[in-house]
Amino acid sequence: MLATSRTFEANARAGLANPTLQRALGMMRSGFPERRRVAVERLPEFEALRDIGKSIKDHTLEHLDFYLELFEENVLSSGGQVHWARTPEEARAAVLQICRSVDAKIVTKGKSMIAEEVGLNEYLEQNGIAPVETDLGEYIIQLRHEPPSHLIAPAIHLMKEQVADTFRAEHRSLDPGRSLVEARQLCDEARAVLRPRFLTADVGITGANFLVAETGSSIIVTNEGNGDLTQTLPRVHIVMTSLEKLVPTLEDATTLLRLLARSATGQEFSSYTTVSTGPRRPGDLDGPEQYHVVLLDNGRSALLGGEFQDMLRCIRCAACMNHCPVYAAVGGHAYGWVYSGPMGAVLTPSLLGLAEAGHLPNASTFCGQCESVCPVKIPLPKMMRHWRERQFAEKLNPPVYRSGLSLWAWAARRPALYHALVELASRVLGWLGSGRGRFRTLPLANGWTAVRDLPAPEGRSFQSLWAERQKSGVKH
Amino acid sequence: MRVALFVTCLVALFRPTIGFAAVKLLENEGCTVEVPRAQTCCGQPAYNSGDRATAKAIALQVLEAFEDYDYVVAPSGSCAGMIRVHYPELFADDPGVSTRVQQLAKRSWELVSFLVDICGMQAVSARWERHATYHDACSGLRELGIKDQPRRLLASVDGLRLKELPGAETCCGFGGTFCVKYPDISDKMVSDKAADIVATGYQSVLAGDLGCLLNIAGKLQRLGGRVQVRHVAEVLAGMTDEAPPIGAPR
Repeated sequence: MLATSRTFEANARAGLANPTLQRALGMMRSGFPERRRVAVERLPEFEALRDIGKSIKDHTLEHLDFYLELFEENVLSSGGQVHWARTPEEARAAVLQICRSVDAKIVTKGKSMIAEEVGLNEYLEQNGIAPVETDLGEYIIQLRHEPPSHLIAPAIHLMKEQVADTFRAEHRSLDPGRSLVEARQLCDEARAVLRPRFLTADVGITGANFLVAETGSSIIVTNEGNGDLTQTLPRVHIVMTSLEKLVPTLEDATTLLRLLARSATGQEFSSYTTVSTGPRRPGDLDGPEQYHVVLLDNGRSALLGGEFQDMLRCIRCAACMNHCPVYAAVGGHAYGWVYSGPMGAVLTPSLLGLAEAGHLPNASTFCGQCESVCPVKIPLPKMMRHWRERQFAEKLNPPVYRSGLSLWAWAARRPALYHALVELASRVLGWLGSGRGRFRTLPLANGWTAVRDLPAPEGRSFQSLWAERQKSGVKH
Repeated sequence: MRVALFVTCLVALFRPTIGFAAVKLLENEGCTVEVPRAQTCCGQPAYNSGDRATAKAIALQVLEAFEDYDYVVAPSGSCAGMIRVHYPELFADDPGVSTRVQQLAKRSWELVSFLVDICGMQAVSARWERHATYHDACSGLRELGIKDQPRRLLASVDGLRLKELPGAETCCGFGGTFCVKYPDISDKMVSDKAADIVATGYQSVLAGDLGCLLNIAGKLQRLGGRVQVRHVAEVLAGMTDEAPPIGAPR
């Protein structure tokens, strides 16, 4: 997928000017956070669970080499295979090779952000294989040739009327006069269209919410059951995943599962939680003949031991974006790549570089909502600040911003001069603004006054008034 | 006890009334208030712009000016949070300064939480005939856990009726330099905040951070509304007659 994070400002303006998107975001803003709040309130030990979840992930990351090898060993011993992929190219090639080995024509896909990250669909299409997304949201955006705009609700930027239009345009063999007004009708239609694809697919590709080292298992959660049909019906199951999904034990996974659904959708548990271990064994009633895990690095191992290691705790619940006022204003597409919101603002620069994604860690007020709801306590604002520090060190900020900052810093380190300047500014601006009490425009303050008035200073600085009070000896 | 007032750069320039309100409240609690001359800013603009060296230089300036007092109090959760939470992070790998900074951090407080949690203040003697709502500024709320303290004291203000603001904990879109770096996004956020405030139907909105207040007042005024904006300290100190609301004509 081609990144457009570089044009974040223009993307954001487009999002702000899109009334349908704004309506959809308005619904999200009132929906997810409230459901999470209720779910968390019902679980008194939720805060304690966050600490446990964090320590499970921290422990795994500290010993990632050990658990990765243990995981591979257990996948192999249950009859599956692990394909190590350093880069998106290697991951795509591994998937293609598996698909070719069974002469696959149709591939069904459960939701996988790693597949999005490596641009798998385009690649398979270019190689004559038809990928079919089976998660309803992913299916919708696949039909519309759009990237996902949210981690767990990829089509959240759309209203149901737009989905109805898309279905009419794409499902041409169906009765043009059919009713597609209710969400239920849209679901039924997608189900009817997808059902035969499930049955004819040669390969099923899913993501993984967790990988379990002690058993060599992959775990997925869905609310639609599409993941189960994707991974059990075809002859071959490929798990597209990345290193940091690993946890040591099944018990660790269940701890994190208790955090995941509550943080994501406010459910206690997702409707379907499915553990896959290896291919079908003799005597099993169902399951694939082959079980492959494509394990992507793509820069993640380079984050280990550095200031961004904490980001690898992320369990992709989307709580950070659900609670982010910037995400709620501009929507996920503004971020210009696969990951959006606060987690995207930290992760995208590490995967694409600061030159491409430099805006993302800057487009935050550091309000701290994201960190306060993160189920594994990732200090997202702190890491966005780390990106800003790198940006500053590499002189990537606009020159006018840098010189403004250094001028201010120069004055701020000279208190006597600074107080004189503040007193001067108070007097001049206070006098100029004394009539209205505020400015509608002000030279050099256009970034402020373009969208809001600037309240005028009272007319004297605190320090000079204080000095006068000290001299006169009068108490307030 | 000897309390050093950290005035904050915005209060010093825009609204000294807040500083004097803080002094009055602290002196009423028996504090000896001093205002160290060598203060300018807490360094947050540099820190959040990724300029760690400048942030450290300014932090050292603050450390030297303030470390000899019993307490440091700022009428801002954002600046107090900078000293309390972020200074120790800045000097974590600097053993020479780290201990001193941690000592300073422990003794640095946001004004209202200091009054309630350290001075044990239960009520104020102030009168303000108003219907008002309250916005929880982000740093105070999430870095310092300030939520009940201002509400508790405001409840004791004679004549004041306080109504909860829906979305009170949602950022107003100020964010320091964010509001001028991304004015379109900031505008959307502060417009939503202004709409929530207007929807309460109340006459006034209060908060504990002047950055947010300038942003909210500026937006409300651009929209032509009549909601008045004040810092919580002005109300608690009974100083609402001494200055017009933020951005209102004198």
